Amino acid sequence: MIEIHALTKRYGTTTAVSDLTFTVRPGVVTGFLGPNGAGKSTTMRMILGLDEPTSGSVTVNGRPPRAHTAPLRELGGMLDPRAVHPSRSAYHHLLALAQTSGIRRSRVDEVIDAVGLRGVAGRRAGKFSLGMAQRLGIAAALLGDPATVVLDEPVNGLDVEGIRWIRVLLRDLAARGKTVFVSSHLMSEISQTATQLIVIGRGRLIANTSVAEFVATAAPPAVRVRSSDQHMLAGLLRSPGVTLTPADDGALAVSGMAAAQIGAVAAAAGITVLELATEQASLEDAFVDLTQDAVEFRAAARPAAGPAFEEEK
Amino acid sequence: MTSTTPSPAPVAALAAYPRPQKVTQARVLRSEWTKLRTQPSTFWTLLSAVVLITGFGILYSLVRETRPPHGAAAIASFDPAAVSLSGVQLAQIAVGVLGVLLITSEYATGLIRTTLAAVPRRLPVLWGKAALLATATLAMSLPAALAAFLGGQSILARQHLSVPLSQPGVVRAVVGSALYLVVAALLGLGLGAVLRSTAGGIAALFGLLFGVQLAAGFLPGSLGQEVGKYVPTTAGQAVTLVRPDPASSLPPWAGFGVFCLYAAVLLGLAALRMRRGDA
Repeated sequence: MIEIHALTKRYGTTTAVSDLTFTVRPGVVTGFLGPNGAGKSTTMRMILGLDEPTSGSVTVNGRPPRAHTAPLRELGGMLDPRAVHPSRSAYHHLLALAQTSGIRRSRVDEVIDAVGLRGVAGRRAGKFSLGMAQRLGIAAALLGDPATVVLDEPVNGLDVEGIRWIRVLLRDLAARGKTVFVSSHLMSEISQTATQLIVIGRGRLIANTSVAEFVATAAPPAVRVRSSDQHMLAGLLRSPGVTLTPADDGALAVSGMAAAQIGAVAAAAGITVLELATEQASLEDAFVDLTQDAVEFRAAARPAAGPAFEEEK
Repeated sequence: MTSTTPSPAPVAALAAYPRPQKVTQARVLRSEWTKLRTQPSTFWTLLSAVVLITGFGILYSLVRETRPPHGAAAIASFDPAAVSLSGVQLAQIAVGVLGVLLITSEYATGLIRTTLAAVPRRLPVLWGKAALLATATLAMSLPAALAAFLGGQSILARQHLSVPLSQPGVVRAVVGSALYLVVAALLGLGLGAVLRSTAGGIAALFGLLFGVQLAAGFLPGSLGQEVGKYVPTTAGQAVTLVRPDPASSLPPWAGFGVFCLYAAVLLGLAALRMRRGDA
């Protein structure tokens, strides 16, 4: 469990994170989404007890991150997969980390096997590909079998098999009751792994929701319809809550009404429907829309309302 | 489904590990020892220090053998132990750089974040590094200093210029040379931890070891001499001299104490910087 309350971090005059409040619950994979530079890594450093908040608080499993006496049991993190001594072997990198907490060598071997680095464990970590470095970073995060796992962009640099592997791994960790918090700047990546979602932009909270709700709310599906009498159909469909947008090819994009309803309206009026399809806005579009809103709002004269979209659960 | 597709990625679930895992200073010490011995720069810097201590000591002894002191005053002030231990002057750079690198390499790579996330109290990391650096430096420099002394004296003996270990102050000078190097290494560690940059740390090390001494030399007359006694290198090297000149240096152990104080202040600053604020 990660609880973040009114968290703010300033570096000099730059505000990296501003008044963030959210909770990451155990048992599910929670995605942490935002464009590059949104403050995800800063937030994660504060969760790991590395950076000191300017104001506000972070607790991990009920205590401030630096207050744990057995930190590797509570919290495993990966911030930067390249953060290894280049000439130290992967095995010794993990061993040194394990020894701080009295974790046995057998556990180091277990973790190496679990991330698939057995064959290269004796090699210099500096020679690793990004994908291998990611696996090493994940191994380090899992050494102490922590209750909370925090990974910054773990999918970066992984091949297709690696991505599939990490999805299975993260879901498995969540299924075992762990808190799993994973950042990404790509919505498509997160939507296939996470069920909960925290979205930030420019250091501010934009959304705290489930992946499904986020998609539905951020970009409601539009129905594309073409019929024998577009003009008449448009007149029949026009009502509060329904938006009609004519497309270039003569079709009509209808949002706020389901395809079945549109079909029924057309049938009742004797209009022949030539084409009727629900078009789900892409997740990436929804994400870009949202974060761009936040950017525009900040560029404007700082309204008191804050971000354009707020979905508190 | 996934089991039928051949996959290079492992899918074996990681077993639970329910042991208590308290962080203690002793455990951090073990961890730091693993890091120290698996970092190639440790080996190379310590080896170069050994070569500098023994090699330069013997070389300078050979030089002095061919150009022995002439005249009563020169013979009276001739310190054969110091001649054979002169390599310490160069070796202090090697061990100081080792001290700097021991911590700045973690900042340069970002490894320090992994380290400090695992040891959230943070200071055990600094103390662990300091203890191991001191031990490793002593284990290297004591035999090296003894070898340099014995080798050098056997050369100087051919001109009847040598001193035996049994002469008062000689054992202290040999052991003191090793201790001097230990503290020089700790100065490097302190500077590295305060500055968090390899280049900055090494530059500051040169400044502290040589720059301050040079600057003190510019001070006029007796003031320069008095201040000069408290300069890190001069103060520290009092313990490496069999008969330090009271006019230009502090008593051996007092001088060494001052040198230790510099290292203590730097490590204290490093601890303050490390404990608070951002990693």
